[in-house]
Amino acid sequence: MNEKSLRFRIVDALYVAMMALPILCALVIQILTKAPGEGISITGAQIFFTLPMPLQPLPITTAQVNTWLVMISILGLCLYMTHGLTVRARLRRQLLCEWIIEKTEAMVKESMGDFFSGYAPFIASILALSAFSSLLSLFGLNPPTSDINVVAGWAILVFILITYYKLKGGFLNYLKGFTEPIFIMTPLNILGEVATPVSMAFRHYGNVLSGSVIAVLIAAALQGLSSLILGWLPGGLGEIPFFQIGLPAILSLYFDIFSGLMQAYIFAMLTMLNISGAFPQDEYEKRKQKKLLKNKK
Amino acid sequence: MDLAIGIILGCCALGAGICMGIGAIGPGIGEGNAVSKACEAIGRQPESKGAVTSTMIMGCAIAETTGIYALVIAILLIFVAPNIMVNILKEAIGLL
Repeated sequence: MNEKSLRFRIVDALYVAMMALPILCALVIQILTKAPGEGISITGAQIFFTLPMPLQPLPITTAQVNTWLVMISILGLCLYMTHGLTVRARLRRQLLCEWIIEKTEAMVKESMGDFFSGYAPFIASILALSAFSSLLSLFGLNPPTSDINVVAGWAILVFILITYYKLKGGFLNYLKGFTEPIFIMTPLNILGEVATPVSMAFRHYGNVLSGSVIAVLIAAALQGLSSLILGWLPGGLGEIPFFQIGLPAILSLYFDIFSGLMQAYIFAMLTMLNISGAFPQDEYEKRKQKKLLKNKK
Repeated sequence: MDLAIGIILGCCALGAGICMGIGAIGPGIGEGNAVSKACEAIGRQPESKGAVTSTMIMGCAIAETTGIYALVIAILLIFVAPNIMVNILKEAIGLL
């Protein structure tokens, strides 16, 4: 396909729109639904409406809406990046794609081993979803990762995967693993099993939430300071918080960008380590050989 | 009634402050240790700077976890606990 043709460019533009429109949509939703009141307040995710469900009503909140919008945006980004792939790279974005995929596969292979090399797409999608969700706060939106329900969902997914790979060594071996090193340790081992997803969820959510809480507190403090010192200025000048210019932006560099990306990386890293650590390699191979012998007989 | 609500709010704020203050000691010491060792390692072998730095940041973020737990508890104490406590108090008085 010719990348100068009109059709190619139109499709490109559509993909870019698919990336940008969800973010705009989230901004519009926030502007429309934000409760009027004082500019500075710390609130959780807003509940838009509740759906009736058999067990319990399901509230639809900002966190859920924003997560879906981020997912659509990432899908648009992926489609844009992979549009017009050729065997010999002619587009710059193809080189970037190949670099990202090679890096991810190398990372997964290095920390999970060869058996799990098919996990690269899963890890990459967790990384992308987490990083882009946290970066939403750059637009002044409520990042979905600052809601514990979102992160707890991912952590439960990881927990299910861990249990699945532990069961690969046989159900009896799985149960036996709880009584090691001695049977008195069983309650502690069960607690430790549950602590993994809880700690993963709390770590991610706490870091992102602390960033937004500190940002709000600093904005409030600077506003107070500004009205205290510059309040004597005539006209409306005294009401403009001049001290809010600059400092919050520098802090947001750390709390929004560095902290968000760091937590995404750590979440992905812990996912890899936990899943590959749960897999009993020796037991699995023993069972495999036993099955092979049985089949031969 | 006012006195009771005041005591609840005050204790929640006090608890949050103490929780954050004590909870920050551990991660502070741990991260300081990690960074000092990383500095020593880089000083001894400057060519391994990249690997040491990335491992150190990873370790720091994991050492931070207990501090984050303290932060979550403090946030719960400030924003969530007072409402629940006051409601319990009101119910108890209404029942009595």
